[in-house]
Amino acid sequence: MKKNSWHFRFVLLTGISLLIFVYAPASQAAFGLSDAFKNNIYNPGLLKPTDSVLKLKVGDRAPNFTLKAVSGDTVSLKQYRGKKNVVISFVPAAWTPVCSDQWPGYNIVKDIFDKHDAILLGISVDNIPTLFSWTNQMGNLWFPVLSDFWPHGKVASLYGVLRADGVAERAVFVIDKKGIIRFIDVHDINKRPPLEDLVKELEKLK
Amino acid sequence: MKKITASWLVVIMLFFAVASSLTAASSPPAVGGPLPEIKLPIPKDSAEKKYLDLGFFGFGTFKIPEIKAKVVIIEIFSMYCPYCQREAPNVNQLYAKIEQDPAIKGKIKIIGIGAGNTSYEVGTFKNKYNVPFPLFADSDYVIHKVVGEVRTPYFIGVKINPDGTNRVIYSKLGALGSVDDFLSTFIKLSDLQ
Repeated sequence: MKKNSWHFRFVLLTGISLLIFVYAPASQAAFGLSDAFKNNIYNPGLLKPTDSVLKLKVGDRAPNFTLKAVSGDTVSLKQYRGKKNVVISFVPAAWTPVCSDQWPGYNIVKDIFDKHDAILLGISVDNIPTLFSWTNQMGNLWFPVLSDFWPHGKVASLYGVLRADGVAERAVFVIDKKGIIRFIDVHDINKRPPLEDLVKELEKLK
Repeated sequence: MKKITASWLVVIMLFFAVASSLTAASSPPAVGGPLPEIKLPIPKDSAEKKYLDLGFFGFGTFKIPEIKAKVVIIEIFSMYCPYCQREAPNVNQLYAKIEQDPAIKGKIKIIGIGAGNTSYEVGTFKNKYNVPFPLFADSDYVIHKVVGEVRTPYFIGVKINPDGTNRVIYSKLGALGSVDDFLSTFIKLSDLQ
């Protein structure tokens, strides 16, 4: 009996390790592909798609916040009231796969944001030095990158997109000039939201 | 008991066989070998259709060696990749130099495949950088898996033989470097001179 149970464990362990061996390369496919990041991207593996409870809904007034940007400026949501539509892009963490290419994509479509009179605010729970090093690999970003590091994830929590492990969801909020939330996409953290989904929402804004 | 052990060993070996066959696709196309089969949709744009000169009409898909050319350069890129963004003007320049040289125009053709990019995203990249050659979407990373999940940008050169067979002559990660040097090296590799 004892022998059998060892046998079973051995086969089980071998099976599991083989499955990891087979599936690990496949799971990297959707990750930060750009050679710009070389081997500096940490692979957290496949994560629970979403892990928080939204505290806001479409039609609500977007709560104000004030955060420090990598540039050294301080940015408040209310400074855009009556002037610009605002897209907030929460990303989970610096130096992780999908996040590392989401913002470089937004970086080449400033014209689309301009066309719809919108500004983009990128928010991560990382601290400023980390965000500085990370965003440097992306080229010159045209939009502010804000640090929601301390009190940790305060803004992510305010919006209901702070996950149990302290990182943010991969979430997009579209806020109109009146400060009203017009679109919320708490995306599967493992996947990059297609650009066209955001553009469609921007087109709906007047 | 011995019998049971032996049967488990067979199962384990089978596992290994499956594992190694699946991971075999995870290496980039090797120089000297054939290009793995890649099917792409026939472009709707008439200029792109004319450029590829596939020799047949209509919709559906085509395979890369069906492009009428001696050599096809395939760029695996992503709209979201900063290096690909920076490299775009150089690849455009490469295209222009090929088109301007009567000795190689029509013999070397370029296509791009957007790993993990939707058609909209590929179109955004094309518009942003005025890319003059055809770009294809690979939104589910299907082609990206076939070419070994390479980082981007990645360039593959394929020589198409008159009998329809093909051979990879270039397979490399990263920027082209000097466009002139790249082109002359490429012409040598292609035996076009």
